[in-house]
Amino acid sequence: MIDGIVELLRGMGITLSHLFKKPVTYQYPEEKRPVRYRFKGRHELKRYDNGLEKCIGCSLCAAACPADAIFVEASENTDAERFSPGERYASTYEINMLRCIFCGFCEDACPTEAIVLEDKYELSFYDRASAIYTKEMLIVPVPEGGQDTPQITEPGMFDRSIPDMENPK
Amino acid sequence: MSDLVTIFVDGIELQVEQGATVVDASKRVDVDIPVFCHHPKLEPVGMCRMCLVEIGMPMRDRATGEPVLEEDGSPQINWGRGLQTGCTVRVADGMRVRTTTDVVDEARENVIEFLLTSHPLDCPICDKGGECPLQNLTMAHGLGESAFDFDSKMQNEKHVPLGELIFLDRERCIQCARCTRFQDEIADDPVIGFHNRGRALEIVTLSDPGFDSYWSGNTTDICPVGALTTADFRFGARPWELIPVASISPHGPEGANITMSTRQEAKSGGRVVIKRIMPRQNELVNEIWISDHTRFVHHFADAADRLTKPLIRKGGVLVETDWDTALTTVAEKLQAAGSSAAGLSGDRPSNEDLFAFQKLFRQGLKSHHIDLAASRIAGGDVTAQVGIASGSNLLDLGRGDVIVVVASDLHEEAPIWWLRVKQAAERGAQLVVLNVRPTRLDKFATHLVHYPVGEAVATVRQLLGAAQISDGASDQIGKIAEAIVGATNVVAFYGYEGLTYAETDVLAKSLANLLQVKNSDGHSHVGRVNNGLIAVWPHNNTQGAWDMGIHPALAPGYQSVDQPGRSAAEIYSGVQDGTVQTLFVMAADPVGDGLMNGRGLLDFLVVQELFLTETAKVADVVLPAQSWAERDGTFTNGERRVQRYYPAIQPVGESRPDWQIIEQIGHKMGLDKPHFAASLVFKKGIAAGVPQYSDMDYRSIAKVEKQYPDVGGEDLYYGGTSYENKHGLGQQWTSAAESGDVAMFTVPDVTPSAAGALPVIRTAALYTPGTLINRSDVLSPRMAQPTLHLHAADADRLSIATGDAVIVSVNGQSLQLSAHVNGAAPQGLALINGVSYAAGVLDAKIETA
Ligand code: SF4
Ligand code: SF4
Ligand code: SF4
Ligand code: FES
Repeated sequence: MIDGIVELLRGMGITLSHLFKKPVTYQYPEEKRPVRYRFKGRHELKRYDNGLEKCIGCSLCAAACPADAIFVEASENTDAERFSPGERYASTYEINMLRCIFCGFCEDACPTEAIVLEDKYELSFYDRASAIYTKEMLIVPVPEGGQDTPQITEPGMFDRSIPDMENPK
Repeated sequence: MSDLVTIFVDGIELQVEQGATVVDASKRVDVDIPVFCHHPKLEPVGMCRMCLVEIGMPMRDRATGEPVLEEDGSPQINWGRGLQTGCTVRVADGMRVRTTTDVVDEARENVIEFLLTSHPLDCPICDKGGECPLQNLTMAHGLGESAFDFDSKMQNEKHVPLGELIFLDRERCIQCARCTRFQDEIADDPVIGFHNRGRALEIVTLSDPGFDSYWSGNTTDICPVGALTTADFRFGARPWELIPVASISPHGPEGANITMSTRQEAKSGGRVVIKRIMPRQNELVNEIWISDHTRFVHHFADAADRLTKPLIRKGGVLVETDWDTALTTVAEKLQAAGSSAAGLSGDRPSNEDLFAFQKLFRQGLKSHHIDLAASRIAGGDVTAQVGIASGSNLLDLGRGDVIVVVASDLHEEAPIWWLRVKQAAERGAQLVVLNVRPTRLDKFATHLVHYPVGEAVATVRQLLGAAQISDGASDQIGKIAEAIVGATNVVAFYGYEGLTYAETDVLAKSLANLLQVKNSDGHSHVGRVNNGLIAVWPHNNTQGAWDMGIHPALAPGYQSVDQPGRSAAEIYSGVQDGTVQTLFVMAADPVGDGLMNGRGLLDFLVVQELFLTETAKVADVVLPAQSWAERDGTFTNGERRVQRYYPAIQPVGESRPDWQIIEQIGHKMGLDKPHFAASLVFKKGIAAGVPQYSDMDYRSIAKVEKQYPDVGGEDLYYGGTSYENKHGLGQQWTSAAESGDVAMFTVPDVTPSAAGALPVIRTAALYTPGTLINRSDVLSPRMAQPTLHLHAADADRLSIATGDAVIVSVNGQSLQLSAHVNGAAPQGLALINGVSYAAGVLDAKIETA
């Protein structure tokens, strides 16, 4: 009987002690917790410093995606209207965020490091159609000093899609 | 058949024909020897060294000639001093081949490493990526690393148009010469070639316009890398994203087997579209080749101006309406006209459509006034008797056989047949070419006759006479007759160049009789495999139209009707004089083709079409039909092979299959309920109503069997990217001669069409502008321009020079043409090209513009 009361008081003591501790709760959405370096959130399509899109419309991300969330359609670049280095760019690029399982396989498959899973995770939608992120929504803003796409470029300047490789050391 | 020899590949014993290469022989037992430059349809060159294997021969004692044996009694093998190229070494009896040893593996690694020193890292953007022999063989046999410096990689031009249709990426080329050899050996258009040497070697085009060949697209199929791509498909999609759908070329009487690669596309508003057309292997029909026409013409199916809703004339203009109104109106009007209603059909629709069409008229309206809107060539009734026998394969013709081609420019009219006839001639078949003018086939001809204008029929008659007497006359005709009668097999093609319909009828019958002349052994050239007559029909399903009874005097299956109806010509004159009041036109444009002068005195005109053609514009009701790509059905090719095609894309708008529209009209007139599917129209209608088709159904037509060479499987490096045939080789119906003797034909007399001072004939061009081809932008730079070809002497007399604009008035129409004096026309004959069809020898007036 006495034992029981002691245990009860001890329990209440723990509860009481917590009242004076700093709470661990974040007041989301007012207050946001920073994500870890390797967090896999919503994708971004990257650009080179000069503003050209890294994505070359190769569809390898779509092929790698286990959830069939990515849809790519390519078109041909010209020097008068250049979106990315080389001959091919993605004229349509869509990711269905309802399908995506944030595995990052697309990142791994990308030969130009164009698609990167970044830190945004607030993905909720009122309907299915708005869960489809288009290229315009995914692509990052033009970096400072760069130019928006399509660009007019010098012939012969950007005729290779994949950045030159270095010899293995 | 050639002798068999026994060889051992990796210990597997097999028998193959003498003369086969080690690579091809090993393929028979599924031992894959990787290759780049070798192609089973091309002569070996041994350029890439990928196929290196160890080859040994049993040793023989020099003194006795006896085989030297090991202790265990097996023959001692001499493995030679090094590796040999399996693609150039021919099999020999007792040969041993080792393909899996360490030396072979190392050789493969080295070849791949060496090839990659000049190859860019382009796979992600390369159209071949995913179905690329170099990619696949690198994965299978590559080392994964290289001793080579990245900086010394070859950098070459990546965007080189070889003409409007084919693009070259110089970096990607591995210099296998498959493309140039294809153009030389197979297409006989040596318009591309190697330039420079070593790493700087590049493919250049030698023609103007660039890569001027009807076969250029095939080089992209057999190029083992993505160096050659088509303008049509460049960056269109990745190969693994495409859905392959088996189909049949909607053009030309050869019935080329194709695969349509489709994909749902955002650019096209989410529609499934045809991204590319690829060949599908059928060694009996088109092997693994298709013409560029077949490859690039598909755009009409997705054209923006396709009809999407039924139209009805209200207050003088065509307005959109619903199906029910349109169908009811048509049914009422047709029923009111009853047996006076007339129907004209094109020869593009499927057998199902054509059968339903004639049924609507014959059963629903008791009218036999049905015909092809544009009949160019007669003789369906003749080929039904003595047509090329079922089981034949032009690929089997060779030494000892004769092929006759009369009045046809196969290269323009039926390129696949041109290819196969040419190849048979190269295999040793004697080729007899009779034409009024030089054609691309002349150079392969053993016997060449350029008959005078208007004497096609007379020449064939002479030939028939010579064959029947066979007096061994030593003139040219006598020699040809002797060759034909004495040949093992004879296949005769006849066309309609410069001939009227009546003349082609005589031609067909005379040739039929010629084939029936028996040689000294009592054999004739009909009713036997690899023998018989082939009509060079103008369209993909002209044969089917004959079979289905689109003819005023012939019901389905060539059963004659008691009271023949009006022929097309009689219908057209009836339209003008008011004796034909109600007309149904399906898949044809008689107004646009100049056959019908507007709607004349018609009371009611209904047109069923894909587009708002000139005829549709003057119609009362226009019914939107589906193109062949949107539905299934069957076409019958000129060799009477019935082949199935499958639906590839969704219907455009509210369009419906032709057979369905017709059956729905019929239902409203009291005929049976429409069938649910084309297969049922075939089963319940055609198989039951056309005796020749009675043993066929959609399953039997779809049967396949293993074909050699083995193309289209996993090993794309061997035969290229032509698709494997999984959806049917088709079924040929038997001609009457195969099941018993047929009587000689009574050949009617015809007067050759009269010629003026300078006779003119219209010649065919593969890319002649037309309703369908005009919608293919990619082909527009190659379209045949309206041209007048003159002989130098005639040009002098008329004082016309190359490039002059001339006006030629033909049958009351005046044509604006550009003159060419270039040897295409013989003296005393002018040719018009790139213009719509005109029959016979034309009495034309030529003036300088
Ligand atoms: S993260 Fe995974 S599931 Fe999401 S799009 Fe990329 S590959 Fe597909
Ligand atoms: S994101 Fe990368 S993998 Fe995806 S299409 Fe673009 S370049 Fe290719
Ligand atoms: S273009 Fe292709 S087919 Fe022609 S040589 Fe180069 S790799 Fe061979
Ligand atoms: S050398 Fe034999 S395949 Fe090229």
